[in-house]
Amino acid sequence: MQNWWSLKWHEVRANKHSYILMAPYMILFAVFTVLPVLVSIVLSFTYFNMLEFPKFIGWQNYTRLFLEDDVFLIALKNTLLFAVITGPISYIACFVFAWIINELSPKLRAVMTLVFYAPSISGNVYFIWLMIFSGDRYGIMNGLLLKFGFILEPIQWLKTEGYIMPIIILVQLWLSLGTGFLAFIAGLQTVDGTLYEAGAVDGIKNRWQELWYITLPSMRPQLMFGAVIQITTAFAVADVSIALAGFPSVNYAAETIVTHLIDFGTTRFEMGYASSIATILFLIMVGSNLVVQKLLRKVGE
Amino acid sequence: MNLPFQMNAKQRLSRSIRMPKKRVNRSIWGTLSLFALLTVFGAFMILPLVYAVNNAFKPLDEIFIFPPTLFVRHPTMNNFIDLFNLLGNSWVPFSRYVFNTVFITGVGIVGHVLLASAAAYPLAKHHFPGKKILFSIVVLSLMFTPAVTAMPNYMIMSWLGLIDTYWAVIIPAFAYSLGLYLMKQFMEQIPDVLLEAAKMDGASEYRIFWSIVMPNVKPAWLTLIILLFQILWGSDGNGFIYSEQLKSLHFAAAQVVAGGIARSGAAAAVALILMSVPITLFIFSQSRIIETMATSGMKD
Repeated sequence: MQNWWSLKWHEVRANKHSYILMAPYMILFAVFTVLPVLVSIVLSFTYFNMLEFPKFIGWQNYTRLFLEDDVFLIALKNTLLFAVITGPISYIACFVFAWIINELSPKLRAVMTLVFYAPSISGNVYFIWLMIFSGDRYGIMNGLLLKFGFILEPIQWLKTEGYIMPIIILVQLWLSLGTGFLAFIAGLQTVDGTLYEAGAVDGIKNRWQELWYITLPSMRPQLMFGAVIQITTAFAVADVSIALAGFPSVNYAAETIVTHLIDFGTTRFEMGYASSIATILFLIMVGSNLVVQKLLRKVGE
Repeated sequence: MNLPFQMNAKQRLSRSIRMPKKRVNRSIWGTLSLFALLTVFGAFMILPLVYAVNNAFKPLDEIFIFPPTLFVRHPTMNNFIDLFNLLGNSWVPFSRYVFNTVFITGVGIVGHVLLASAAAYPLAKHHFPGKKILFSIVVLSLMFTPAVTAMPNYMIMSWLGLIDTYWAVIIPAFAYSLGLYLMKQFMEQIPDVLLEAAKMDGASEYRIFWSIVMPNVKPAWLTLIILLFQILWGSDGNGFIYSEQLKSLHFAAAQVVAGGIARSGAAAAVALILMSVPITLFIFSQSRIIETMATSGMKD
């Protein structure tokens, strides 16, 4: 007489090779990815300054975040703005450019792929944009505008509140055609060509109908993958903000959830509070991913 | 021995290389406007990089010319010479930064490819209790950034005594989730027949993994290598590594850039050096990477 547990145990024993093969990766994955998330969630309910033992304080960090911390609200607003603008635009851009590139000849296609992918692979060289938006007249942007007489004085691009966000959004878009873009290019190449012929027979009139009824549904798996990658990057803006606008930026104009998290975690050592920021970010990311995936299931219907 | 799979890969590749067939339902205006779009945005993507390349060869007076120019007029190698002099005089020798970056990148990549492949094989090909949930956790972890886990990670590193060593950067790289995910998706297309045949011949699971699965997923290795290279090459170990002798090239570069106007030429040279390595790697491995990415999708 075997119950469920002993059945499972037998299965586990029979598959011990699978577990052994996975063990090294899974242990490290658990220690450096799963455990930190759990620790972060637990710590978010405590006061913890790295020196004393964490003290349980309930929802206090969260109420402080939303009710007392004005800078967090700026950070939240900026991050959502980033995500709402750069997320969809870069996602659509990834697809549109992959789609156009797909119709080119192989050589030209390879070149254009490189052109669009190069910024994101070139290893954090966004400090080029520091030279472009440099505040003196030798920066390219000021130089051009002065030369053509649009402005008389060089503009302090990265020290003026109103310009900071648009510039960071621009640079973030420039950087954002990464892994998702490659997945789309690859996905487009796997779409079955006979579907298009069949579609033409069935009365598809132009490339837009072809796109909606054939291409998009055929690459739904890649669309899902691309969405996950794009959403995650859109919410995690920090490096570009710090590199271009400084840390902290002028009047917190470029503060994002992640820079706020870095501020409390590494400068003020309020680990409990920082953890609650991280937990909020985590929830926002996973939540928006689930919503977007639900929307994507409707593509082509 | 592994013919059926390789033929698949070849067919796939040849299909992807063939010219796309002329299709019906195309209006000429649509085509023209799409290509105009491609050109404009292509220029936006590439011009900053062109500017960076040109800047690296500009003599100092040309960097500070008004109005600024995109292209270099009198190219010179002075910026590179300056850079090497500058770094040659620094307290930690330049070669040390290069060694650190190469070491971190190299060890990180090898470890990741081995561990992620070993874990991907059972996930792709075996059936065992807990498989689904393990894989969903990996997929879930694709959905958040390292920033979320940075603080607790620091505590864990310090408990493990990894702070201020190379390993604080290298070991977590072994277990990045994107690599495992791509590898698992890619392995799923290896025909089961191949593995069963090997099993009939008495090969152990480890042997099957090492001598049948691994050679067959070479294109995916390359993708993992490039992805991880990107991450590790650009990492400065910020927050985990304090000793100057252990810091990376990227950190040294950031210091040169922070040097201000006097170092503008050297900073431009640094930018060129930093970006040319990953871009060159990508150029050589492009078709293989795209082949791997073809299997990257998430099924509903």
